[in-house]
Amino acid sequence: MFKHLSIAAIGLGLVAASPMPALSQGTLRIGMTAADIPLTTGQPDNGFEGYRFTGYTIYDALVNWDLSKADALADIKPGLATEWAPVDGDLKRWTFKLRQGVKFHDGTDFDADVVIWNLEKILNDKSPQFDPKQAAQSRQRVPTLIGWKAIDKYTVELTTRVANALFPYDMSYVFYSGPANWEKQGKDWNKVAQQPVGTGPFKVDRMVPRERLELSRFDGYWDKTRVPKLDKVLLFPMPEATTRTAALLAGQVDWIEVPAPDAIPRLKQGGMTIVTNKYPHNWAYQPSMVEGSPWTDIRVRKAANLAIDRAGLNKLLGGLMIESKGVVYPGHPWFGSPSFDIQYDPAAAKKLLTEAGYSATNKPKIKIAISTSGSGQMLPLPMNEYVQENLNAVGFDCTFEVMEWNTLLTLSFQPVTGDASKKAGTNAINISRATVDPYSAFMRLYHGDFVPPKGANWGILKDPKLDALIDKAHASFDKTAQLKALSDVHTYIVDQAYWVYIAHDLNPRAMSPKVVGFVQAQSWFQDLTPISIK
Amino acid sequence: MLLYALRRLIYLIPVAFGVSLLVFALVHLAPGDAISAIVPPDAPQELIDKLKEYYGFDKPLPVQYFRWLGVTLTGDFGTSIGTGRPVADEVGSAFGNTIILAISATFCAFTLAIILGTAAAYAKTRIVDRLVTSIALVGVSVPHFWLAIVLVIIFSVELGMLPPMGLGPENATGWRLDWPHVQHMILPTIALSVIPLGVMTRTVRSTVKEVLSSEFVTALQAKGMRDGAILRHVMKNAAPTCLAVMGLQAGNLIGGSILIETVFSWPGTGFLLNSAIFRRDLPILQGTTLVLAGFFMLLNLTVDVIQTMVDPRIKRG
Repeated sequence: MFKHLSIAAIGLGLVAASPMPALSQGTLRIGMTAADIPLTTGQPDNGFEGYRFTGYTIYDALVNWDLSKADALADIKPGLATEWAPVDGDLKRWTFKLRQGVKFHDGTDFDADVVIWNLEKILNDKSPQFDPKQAAQSRQRVPTLIGWKAIDKYTVELTTRVANALFPYDMSYVFYSGPANWEKQGKDWNKVAQQPVGTGPFKVDRMVPRERLELSRFDGYWDKTRVPKLDKVLLFPMPEATTRTAALLAGQVDWIEVPAPDAIPRLKQGGMTIVTNKYPHNWAYQPSMVEGSPWTDIRVRKAANLAIDRAGLNKLLGGLMIESKGVVYPGHPWFGSPSFDIQYDPAAAKKLLTEAGYSATNKPKIKIAISTSGSGQMLPLPMNEYVQENLNAVGFDCTFEVMEWNTLLTLSFQPVTGDASKKAGTNAINISRATVDPYSAFMRLYHGDFVPPKGANWGILKDPKLDALIDKAHASFDKTAQLKALSDVHTYIVDQAYWVYIAHDLNPRAMSPKVVGFVQAQSWFQDLTPISIK
Repeated sequence: MLLYALRRLIYLIPVAFGVSLLVFALVHLAPGDAISAIVPPDAPQELIDKLKEYYGFDKPLPVQYFRWLGVTLTGDFGTSIGTGRPVADEVGSAFGNTIILAISATFCAFTLAIILGTAAAYAKTRIVDRLVTSIALVGVSVPHFWLAIVLVIIFSVELGMLPPMGLGPENATGWRLDWPHVQHMILPTIALSVIPLGVMTRTVRSTVKEVLSSEFVTALQAKGMRDGAILRHVMKNAAPTCLAVMGLQAGNLIGGSILIETVFSWPGTGFLLNSAIFRRDLPILQGTTLVLAGFFMLLNLTVDVIQTMVDPRIKRG
């Protein structure tokens, strides 16, 4: 058939096209899902895709992530700081020892003054270098940080509002831009965005808005084990999944993020490699826990969790999800040992609803706010329709309030008692959550003190016992005790079936067989430094 | 003629004011707000309030409108909330890329439509007429984003003949008139030209057919005028109607390329609008829509003036 099409094309005069441009050796070309180049000034936008491609590539944090292993959950490791510890006798003060000899891409030095200057950049809106765009992306990631000062050239002291053993995780989200470059660019962050300077393994060669970002190897990178093998990385914004798939199959890029599940067989047929791995992502329903909501009854919550045929959902997604059994997946260090096994058991779900006093004429009414698309939302419409069928089959009266992604986010900025949720009449929301660190996974979502606007406990869950468990984890400075405390938190949350847990994404990306050396870490972030092109 | 053009230009001022009001109102009436699109889902309200104040979104809407109108009249358009880049630069470069694609699609569509439409009107056999009518019907019926995807699958993925996305080769900046860049234009041009090709073919066919049945054509034939000379008269008489439709179609190509530019990652106004909608980047949305509306108004004015030049009888009073 295609032979005929080719002949037809000759007739149209289209085959005069020369062969596709030859690939550069050592250049990796990536099709991102973002519609524009994520911010390059330091704190990226576009969610964790931004952190992945313009964060940990161009910059470093005091605390970096170890992304070298595929078979274990990524954890933090020393970055621009070589060590950190709370000050003796005062658990609210932390000392960070800085790495010496680190150079920015422009050859200037990294030291304590740079750390202070960058913290002021995002946390002190009176400072000359304050950048609201970077502040918007980073402030909520360091919710307990209230003070900072340089002790000497290579030591800084950071103060937290409360004793927070998990504070080092927070510091993995703050990147350090070069102050000298900001001065050189006329103290204008928009100009810095065109020619940013960081300490990361890649430096920026050229940024063409909405078209591409060109990165090249920084030979002077401080971590000699992570000096990139690649000469260059080119990043292209391609929001449309079909475009990304076609670009990969046509050889215009070597790597694409999030291929559409129905394109996977075609990509495999075209010789492409599909790389997946579990990572801290949670696709669930966050219910309203205010008086009058059917979700306040644990039997209803458990019934919903037991009503969902996750294996069928996985089939719908072409095997690109993990069947959820909690906030984190089984095998995760925080999973613990819940006694409530989240599985598909419609008979048990029906029984629980009957015990809770519901019947065919008196069904629990649930209305879930869902989005049509969105970062981390996977395929929200078909997935939600599938779950709706499952829920209604056991006796729920499940409806949706469908909205655009941004509108759903706006709704979640107020608690369930806010005007937006009341107007929509919803008693649950479907926003996928990154559960990268303990604060993201538990504190902001389940702690009674973190109802919006302070956190993301949208459903106003108030459980003093759970609050105490979460507080204990944040106050456990011993690593083993901290892990035990986090396991206890997760065990309790699952046993209470506080949310309806449905899926964990498998982070699919497709790449040409020419891409070698990539290790897909169990993380939202990935390391591009060990990659080379055959 | 100059006076007529000037008068029409002055009429555009209240229209432009109305358009600016409409653009501002529509953008602000949409659910969600600009700040929520640039902060992560769990941003504290204190930060959101601070950013609203910084960007002036805490002011009443009329104040925001007049402030925006004030800077817009100076050609400033403000800065993008999402990227911090000046809106004028963003829209300017994107508009240039869209114009390149639109000119190419307009040229292809209109040239083919004139040839096919005229051929169908002159056709002595029904098969030619039916063939052209079928092409026109397909043109107006086929969803152009679907066609775009099909073209990519056939010519980029299966045949590997043409690049599926982007403005040009990976090591080039901006657009240039050379073969590597033209290669990138072929598929989006075809996809974008399909609808105007269908609409214009039908218009040209019916208009030329109508003129051909006029008494003056019979008179010219009776006088023994050559076919070529008669065709010139026919085309001149058909031109005003065709020009009016062409003006609208050319405007649609500029404003309606959002899906095509997204499918081909073509960094024009459509791609910019798509990204701005999802980011709730109000200054970009307002600036782009206003520029597109302004261009549409000027295009219509130009078409009106050309129509008047071609046929002075239709000069508006």
